[in-house]
Amino acid sequence: MPETAPTARRITRIRYARQDPAWVRWGLTLAAVAVVGLLIVVPVVHVFAGALSDGLGAYWKNLFADPDTRHSILLTLTVVPLALVANIVFGLAAAWAIARFRFPGRTVLTALIDLPFSVSPVVAGLMFVLIFGLQGYLGPLLQRHGVKILFATPGLILATAFVTFPFVARELIPVMEAIGEEEEIAAVSLGASGWQMFRRVTVPNIKWGLAYGIILCNARAMGEFGAVYVVSGHIAGQTDTMPLRVEKLFQEYNLPGSFAVASLLTLLAILTLVVKAGLERRVPSERPHVD
Amino acid sequence: MSIEVRNVTKSFGSFRAVNDVSITVPTGELVALLGPSGSGKTSLLRIIAGLELPDGGQVFFEGEDATVRDARDRGVGFVFQHYALFRHMTVFENVAFGLRVRPRATRPREAEIRAKVMELLKLVQLDWLADRFPAALSGGQRQRVALARALAVEPRVLLLDEPFGSLDAKVRQELRRWLRRLHDEIRVTSVFVTHDQEEALEVSDRVVVMNQGRVEQIGTPQEVFDHPATAFVMNFLGHVNIFHGRVEGGKALLGPLAVDYPEHPHEQALPAAGYARPHELEVARSADVEGGLWATVRHVHTAGATVKLELADEDGNILQVDVTRQQHDEVRPQAGERLYVRPRTLRVFVEPRSGS
Repeated sequence: MPETAPTARRITRIRYARQDPAWVRWGLTLAAVAVVGLLIVVPVVHVFAGALSDGLGAYWKNLFADPDTRHSILLTLTVVPLALVANIVFGLAAAWAIARFRFPGRTVLTALIDLPFSVSPVVAGLMFVLIFGLQGYLGPLLQRHGVKILFATPGLILATAFVTFPFVARELIPVMEAIGEEEEIAAVSLGASGWQMFRRVTVPNIKWGLAYGIILCNARAMGEFGAVYVVSGHIAGQTDTMPLRVEKLFQEYNLPGSFAVASLLTLLAILTLVVKAGLERRVPSERPHVD
Repeated sequence: MSIEVRNVTKSFGSFRAVNDVSITVPTGELVALLGPSGSGKTSLLRIIAGLELPDGGQVFFEGEDATVRDARDRGVGFVFQHYALFRHMTVFENVAFGLRVRPRATRPREAEIRAKVMELLKLVQLDWLADRFPAALSGGQRQRVALARALAVEPRVLLLDEPFGSLDAKVRQELRRWLRRLHDEIRVTSVFVTHDQEEALEVSDRVVVMNQGRVEQIGTPQEVFDHPATAFVMNFLGHVNIFHGRVEGGKALLGPLAVDYPEHPHEQALPAAGYARPHELEVARSADVEGGLWATVRHVHTAGATVKLELADEDGNILQVDVTRQQHDEVRPQAGERLYVRPRTLRVFVEPRSGS
């Protein structure tokens, strides 16, 4: 019995050495909760509250009765998958090149992939106007052949793809570097063709990283505003995507309508986060060190 | 299938990894490429496998030029140092991979694949692990799966890159004896790379000793161990005692030692060194026989099959001597004593002019 007393005291002392005082712990926790609540939870709840303020019937009508709103939803659901496909193809190619080969300009390419992250989306949009606009380099030529890029769906896809360009590649490069090329070389030495190697060895190894990149890319693509705003020309019923529609409805003082579209966008974002969290729980060990 | 490598050269940037190397591997032999890291042995193996293109020279399989033939068409089984198992496939699927990727016309039916894979897994004694994933296997088991996977495509040549390099000492010894028995059973022409001289000498039919991108010597384990062609081979294949000195007029004068050296009858002196392995030195209490030197015993290590003595000569150079227990009991050396050390054999090599 006399043995226990000093041991207990020692444990208490160790705990004191490792832990901050109660007021610090509680203070920090409260501050974090307050910030998250004020900046994230309250606005999100408010979006849904605003959208549903006139009841479910009105909410439904706001979303689907207005043909322009309906079109904007459809347009976003067209533009985003196409931009995604473009970025998956590009991301795979870039990650492959950077992770598997040493070539002159490799570091430049790596840096260029990050460019869309650092350039303001509005500037990105303006760059496309400069290239494809009537006063731009390619505009007159395109017009002569009847190709419409600016103020049309192709422009929206281009702008969205540009802004979300780094996600897939950024996610894949570390995964591919961590996995290394030995398994791929082994596959070739066993007689696999390039395509067989890619499909049977590379893709299964990078699939979680790829899925993660696609999810992030998707989330960002749906919400893209600035670049799309510049290249779209803001034509209701033609080139308005969901974020642009939210802004237009808001400017027209149609608050329930604006909130309804905003809530749909938010829902999609939350859905994306749920899928991402699910993925992370499923494969904690298979993604050695991403980010 | 025989392999012939003719005047192969390979550089990485300014580094000459393989420098004008020619070797021949007869059908059915197990050959070791032995050398320190950076000696070019792995590059040479990868050139034979077709994973690397040589800058110059040719590779022949069964007399046929295979230098530019694609790796997948060479009929080569390659076992990687870190196994390179497909981590998302079971052991079974790993071994089946080479059969499944065959063109439809030559691809075996599912039942045949199953039978073949299980037969191979039995051969490497891992049939009970067929449904496991590589992550659940020990290093030795992974290496055997890698071997079974390479054998599944019925390679005409088996190439192994440091096959036991990342295993611990005991597993390593077991596995290399097992590899030797396996090779005796299947008799496929094999080349393996190692930096471990014991491994090379124990497992292979012939050893190719490499250094700085060049072949130093090719021979049976016995030949390279007993008759090393160069000082490097002598040095690399085990502990040695080195006596520095010179050769002139048909004699080698190596500090306190002097032996005949008829290869250099000229008056002009050349720097040289004499080499003797620890077991080639003997110790005595008196200088009954000429050709030895006096040295002081520093340590006596009696734990082990042989007794290891460490002595220092008059200049303070350390000598290592291995004696049998019987010899030890006759002489009974004590630390601090002076003993007469005499090499039974002394190999003299003239030192290269560049000096090392």
